[in-house]
Amino acid sequence: MSWEVVIGLEIHAQLTTNTKIFSGASIAYGAQPNTQACPIDVGMPGMLPVLNEAVIGKSVMLGLALDAEIGRKSVFDRKNYFYPDLPKGYQTSQFNYPIVGKGKLEIEVDGVKKTIGVTRAHLEEDAGKSIHGAVAGQTGIDLNRAGTPLLEIVSDPDLSSAKEAVAYARKMHELVQYLGICDGNMQEGSFRVDSNVSVRRPGEPLGTRAELKNINSFRFIEKAIEFEIERQIELLESGGKVVQETRLYDSENDVTRSMRTKEEANDYRYFPCPDLLPVVITEETIEQINASMPELPDAKRARYVADFGLSDYDAGVLTGSRDMAEFFESVVEKTAAKDIKLCANWMTSGFSGALNKGGLTVKQSPIDADKMAGMLNRIIDNTISGKIAKQVFDAMWNGEGSADEIIESKGLKQITDSGAIEALVDEVLANNPSQVEAYKGGQEKMLGYFVGQIMKASGGQANPGQVNQILKAKLSD
Amino acid sequence: MSLGKTEVEYISRLSAIAVEENEVDQVAAKLSNILDLFSQMEAADTDGVEPMAHPLDQVQRLRADVVTEQDQHEKLQEIAPSAEAGLYLVPQVIE
Repeated sequence: MSWEVVIGLEIHAQLTTNTKIFSGASIAYGAQPNTQACPIDVGMPGMLPVLNEAVIGKSVMLGLALDAEIGRKSVFDRKNYFYPDLPKGYQTSQFNYPIVGKGKLEIEVDGVKKTIGVTRAHLEEDAGKSIHGAVAGQTGIDLNRAGTPLLEIVSDPDLSSAKEAVAYARKMHELVQYLGICDGNMQEGSFRVDSNVSVRRPGEPLGTRAELKNINSFRFIEKAIEFEIERQIELLESGGKVVQETRLYDSENDVTRSMRTKEEANDYRYFPCPDLLPVVITEETIEQINASMPELPDAKRARYVADFGLSDYDAGVLTGSRDMAEFFESVVEKTAAKDIKLCANWMTSGFSGALNKGGLTVKQSPIDADKMAGMLNRIIDNTISGKIAKQVFDAMWNGEGSADEIIESKGLKQITDSGAIEALVDEVLANNPSQVEAYKGGQEKMLGYFVGQIMKASGGQANPGQVNQILKAKLSD
Repeated sequence: MSLGKTEVEYISRLSAIAVEENEVDQVAAKLSNILDLFSQMEAADTDGVEPMAHPLDQVQRLRADVVTEQDQHEKLQEIAPSAEAGLYLVPQVIE
């Protein structure tokens, strides 16, 4: 009998603000310990939190993008638990009245579309960091991260495979970056995915779930979930029981391990935070934010296919990030003929390939849109061929200047002077009398051989169209 | 509703508040009283009443997203029981 997999994800997206959710301390990454933890963040008695207006706008943007209900009146609650990196003894979060209510996100796996429900998204503050081993026998606490604004996005348990879970996580990752509300940096913990995984027999109630935490790459999230599904099925089939617990993924051995079991009831004793008043979001605010929303990835992809005539694959690559899409649109804008196909080809192969090879993001690219367009313009006006352009591109990538400078300094200008090309053709034909005989005897494939020889003799710089034309004329003499 | 010794010990563990052996009966009685009060409140008909998040009928004011706080960790750590290398120190936490 088969098993049915049920997965729900909790995603913590760190919001791209300058300051904390309830204080004016900076959230810049990498500062010396506790230098960005003010009296509010360290939980000094008598300190009053004041909500950062930026978190409201950013949360509403996500809500609108997920076609979700916006909490017109949202409330902050205290989630009580004890841990040394939580100095107040509670985390300020939202419980009954989150800022974003029910919404949805469409994913695609192997060409099949599926709509995944989003239960809610609520605002909360991050905790500090415990540092083990820095001081022998004690735990060090760095509260710089305490109070960093997080938006926790909770999915419905609608995901039924590791692939679907990762597709959803990636889609959300893309979305928050498009919206500019989260930088998506998984290494620095700005985008954290916790997976609740359980299995059941079809038609039966939900099985006991295990939670997979602290996995900072999509590839490992997929592997961890796959391992966990196998583990639970084996356990159940051999008569065991799944216990509700948090498990960590060990990527070296590709297994999950128990971190802590929740045998003690986790009673967080949520209650409304008396230090914060309810947050009211007016229709006017929502209207304003709606008007400022960027084009979302799905809409952009559809537009690239419909308006630009690009393939689904190319449209996917070009809209893979907002930076990539903006780079592409800027290149198209700057090229003389707005030759979209040419631009798209160079972006999806040459440019993307070079980025991947160097492990770089679009922002880190050594070539900007001006340089890229500069080179494409030289292809369009026949100064260089596509083949020579590859050399120019590599030189630009290595910081050797603009396309024009490189073409000039390396003498890569295409030969379009028909007299010069004729001379090359004559030379090659004179040097290959037997091949000429063969061609005239009916072996038409020799034509390719001549073109190759002529292009070689020109250092790749002869205009291939003209070469063909002149060559054919000469051979038919 | 009446709580016994087992429940008091359990709640004591969950809340991380130590209850001495000789206090258990007294704490059990007090907690039971509190729970009774809740039962009494629970009996009230609240259908159609909007839950109150805050006794003040006001709306949260917002702060501009601008850094206003300076580094004060040395001053704050002066009153901490233990600090070193910029870190607050606590008894080792075993995960």
